[in-house]
Amino acid sequence: MATETPPETQLPKLTNDEISRYSRHLILPEVGMEGQQKLKAAKVLCVGTGGLGAPLALYLAAAGVGTLGLVDFDTVDASNLQRQIIHSTATVGKLKVDSAEIMLKGLNPYMNVVKHNTMLTSANALEIFNDYDVIADGTDNFQTRYLVNDACVLLGKPNAYGSIFRFEGQASVFATKEGPCYRCLYPEPPPPGLVPSCAEGGVLGILPGLVGIIQATEVIKLILGIGDSLAGRLLLVDALSMQFRTLKLRKNPDCPVCGIHPTVTALIDYDQFCGIEKPAAVGPLEVARDKAVGGAQVIDGIPQIAVEELKRKLDAKEDFFLLDVREPHEVPIASLGAPLIPVGEIEKRIGELAAQKDREIIVHCRSGARSQKAALVLKNAGFTNVENLAGGILAWADKIDPTMPKY
Amino acid sequence: MDIHIPTPLRAYTGSKQTVNVTGATVGQVLQQLTDSYPELRQHLYTPEGKLRSFVNIYLNDDDIRYLPGKESTPIEESDELTIIPSIAGGRYF
Ligand SMILES: [Zn+2]
Repeated sequence: MATETPPETQLPKLTNDEISRYSRHLILPEVGMEGQQKLKAAKVLCVGTGGLGAPLALYLAAAGVGTLGLVDFDTVDASNLQRQIIHSTATVGKLKVDSAEIMLKGLNPYMNVVKHNTMLTSANALEIFNDYDVIADGTDNFQTRYLVNDACVLLGKPNAYGSIFRFEGQASVFATKEGPCYRCLYPEPPPPGLVPSCAEGGVLGILPGLVGIIQATEVIKLILGIGDSLAGRLLLVDALSMQFRTLKLRKNPDCPVCGIHPTVTALIDYDQFCGIEKPAAVGPLEVARDKAVGGAQVIDGIPQIAVEELKRKLDAKEDFFLLDVREPHEVPIASLGAPLIPVGEIEKRIGELAAQKDREIIVHCRSGARSQKAALVLKNAGFTNVENLAGGILAWADKIDPTMPKY
Repeated sequence: MDIHIPTPLRAYTGSKQTVNVTGATVGQVLQQLTDSYPELRQHLYTPEGKLRSFVNIYLNDDDIRYLPGKESTPIEESDELTIIPSIAGGRYF
């Protein structure tokens, strides 16, 4: 562990109620009274209270970690509850940190919850991290991953890392004194938009549970100083084949942050590093809507059509070709009845659209992101009149057909 | 030998989780892989033909960047090659 554990005499005493609660730990020689006191003295920061952070924080609270910090600026949405078991139906709409506190305190009233209802940024990360012994990274984007990593390396605090995609997960412990960091493994993030995005891709709800509990296990081991941590190893979890593999990770002597001659010695602009535009004050959906209201909005040469305009064209039986670029399994959920070519197959199947080359084509998906990419592919292939349905099915459900489900 | 394809890249291998290829070196089997599935190429290599920095290729449990022979490391039929994607939760490469 990064910080020195105070000698046993300085560790906080357990009350009789705590002794009863933690008896299954106390009779385990690897934990025992001293270990349980170390847990009570420990301060762990969970970055994110989503899919990974939910089981992670719950198990750390149950185990008796004395202080749990929670960083999240989001509110609970019904679609979170398929995996974020720290929240509940009753707390939909509440701040995630408040919702999580209710569940954690209900599980274990003897621990402290410190709520950081804020977006983690380069301006506040070091100050927030400073008060904690171990950081657990349960975020969902590359900018925050690199921010958490660099802050951990700069402060010398271990980072219990977990990440998931669909049916696959990764876990490790980064930024220990001797071990590698996230940048040793991935010096740079992938550029956004390299892949035609199915980024709206799902995740098997129990997978973050599996990976978050592996992170929690690593946190507990770091606090207790027992076992072999995942530092220097990357655990790969494949939930479909149910196979676990570990690969060797090495500290890269040329690592820009933890190497011999580091070039990153302070936190940087991680949006810029990851090639992401600064988040707007309103979400992308709102931006798309507002722009559409003004009419004739064009992004990268693709005119953006509002759902109201599509409705008008449909009602007027205008001549145009509507194309759905979602995945086939999304059609049964909600559909505008358009022919389907998934965004990833557009280039390969472009011949099927040959007859539409000079016709007006309106491309749609769930939110307007994938259809924008598909529209660009068509335009670059010589299609002369391609437009994107701003806001996609979601906007259609909001503004045109309230009976349509949003997913 | 078998190359393990991670979920995000299976869209380019016809959903195959493993692809069987033959070759004498790491570089040769990767070449054969991208010949069989040309769409994979841009996800693994830069236009200049360099392995992308956010793609990690493991021979058994070692990163090929740390093997003395790197991409010219000889391989045997029983070896396994694994492509490790950069995943961040919601997004991936
Ligand atoms: Zn490093």
